[in-house]
Amino acid sequence: MTMLTRRHFGALLAGASFAVAAPSVLRAQNGPRLVVIGGGFGGASAARYARMAYPDVAVTLIEPYTSFVTCPYGNLILGGKRELSQITHSYDGLRARGVDVVHEWASEIDPVAKTVALADGASVAYDKLILSPGIGIRWGELEGYDEAASEIFPHAWMGGDGSQISNLRRQIENLPEGGVVGLAIPGNPFRCPPGPYERISMIAHYLKQHNPTAKILAFDSKEGFSKQGLFQDGWAELYGDMIEWIPANLDGTIVRVDPAEKVFESEFGERHRVDVGNVIPPQFAAAIARDAGLANETGWVPVDPATFAAAAAPDIHVIGDANIAPPMPKSGYVANTTSKVAVAAAIADLRGEPAPENPVYFNTCYSHVGADYGISVAGVYRLDADGKIIETPDSGGISPRGPLADHAHQRAREAVYADGWYESITRDMFS
Amino acid sequence: MSFSNFARSGALAAILLATPFAAPAFAQSAPAPLIAQGCAGCHGQAGEGIVGASPPIAGYGRDAMIASFSAFAANERPGTIMNRIARGYTDAEIAALADYFSSLR
Repeated sequence: MTMLTRRHFGALLAGASFAVAAPSVLRAQNGPRLVVIGGGFGGASAARYARMAYPDVAVTLIEPYTSFVTCPYGNLILGGKRELSQITHSYDGLRARGVDVVHEWASEIDPVAKTVALADGASVAYDKLILSPGIGIRWGELEGYDEAASEIFPHAWMGGDGSQISNLRRQIENLPEGGVVGLAIPGNPFRCPPGPYERISMIAHYLKQHNPTAKILAFDSKEGFSKQGLFQDGWAELYGDMIEWIPANLDGTIVRVDPAEKVFESEFGERHRVDVGNVIPPQFAAAIARDAGLANETGWVPVDPATFAAAAAPDIHVIGDANIAPPMPKSGYVANTTSKVAVAAAIADLRGEPAPENPVYFNTCYSHVGADYGISVAGVYRLDADGKIIETPDSGGISPRGPLADHAHQRAREAVYADGWYESITRDMFS
Repeated sequence: MSFSNFARSGALAAILLATPFAAPAFAQSAPAPLIAQGCAGCHGQAGEGIVGASPPIAGYGRDAMIASFSAFAANERPGTIMNRIARGYTDAEIAALADYFSSLR
């Protein structure tokens, strides 16, 4: 585009003494309409990037909550290292960039008419839709786990209004001396693969200081997990025998929960009584994506790996945890980096131009294992000759393993870099 | 929707017109190129870094950045995470990153 727009922009600047932000805000009224559903790591990044890169595009962000509570760093609330206010972000920065932020639930998408119906009855038309709705919980798939049960056994796996993570923190603070915290961890795929294990670590970090005879029983539907060796090294070094991880092959799969009795029941009928239960339930794409017919039989949304256009609706680009994009993890960083390619591809398509060539996607996930103890996994992703996403060969991977004594500097630096990542990426979403 | 949109944008424009020098310059600052967006998550959209955590990379000399990437990739320069990341980019991509970040102040 940029020739025409830049010329106009320059002319406006030259002839006007008013603020430089004004022309783009005004011009966007008549430009293409980009609507973004979901104001999280994918959607907020997309809206912000679109305003920066394409000042002539009118951007509407539909997000029901008036502020955003991040899932990343939620575990640090459990560890007593952060407060809820420190992981809660305002949409005012996006408004100041000219994003029309609409705080309402998107109730339905009509991919043919290209409209989004809102819960208040309004309808928003789009030329391109960026859909970043996050996950939905498969209520009831784990028997006994419904919304009422999640008040007793919080999932704390969606930011929402922050009440879930606050609930879990309160329960851990009130754990009887020497009590048992149980976690039920789902099979793949799910949001934030290392998240449950960082959570175990941060709960242990808190208990070690305040309730050192307490126990953590982590029941897992899998036999292995992200950064497993690094986590288990850290647990042994920092928390002794406080943490017991029970994999699927040792009857770790929880198939039924009884909130009234505070019981997790395993596949082979073992009933484990817990004082505090954190159920990280089975997931799929959020309802708005499934109801629009975008998901396949897995419950997640197949997309074009080069543009993130939904297989079922080419003018809807689906980013973030809701889509199917292996081998990339369902992470905030992936949602952030892919959001920009999705926006660029969407705008290029509207202009009849080709999508960005040879896109590169990027991920780094830091996890806090203890005080001054961070670990990471990094990945640089691209498309192979067949257009499939691959991790760039011989790159990426996890922090080096080995005794803490040999790696104290690395672990301490990665804890600091994790904080830097959080600060920086939330700026890239909301500032 | 369209009315409230118009009204809200009109209000914003009026505010901006009323306060010419207070408005941020973001509308004219293009974002980093797509290849550099992976860097932005830690080092900032303009490579500004985070004090005490992520080092700034804006204004990094072009040749120095290319040399730094190859030293990281070959494990000739100690690093915590950049070694793993540097190996993920092609020479052409690294040159594009160096062009961009060296162009920033």
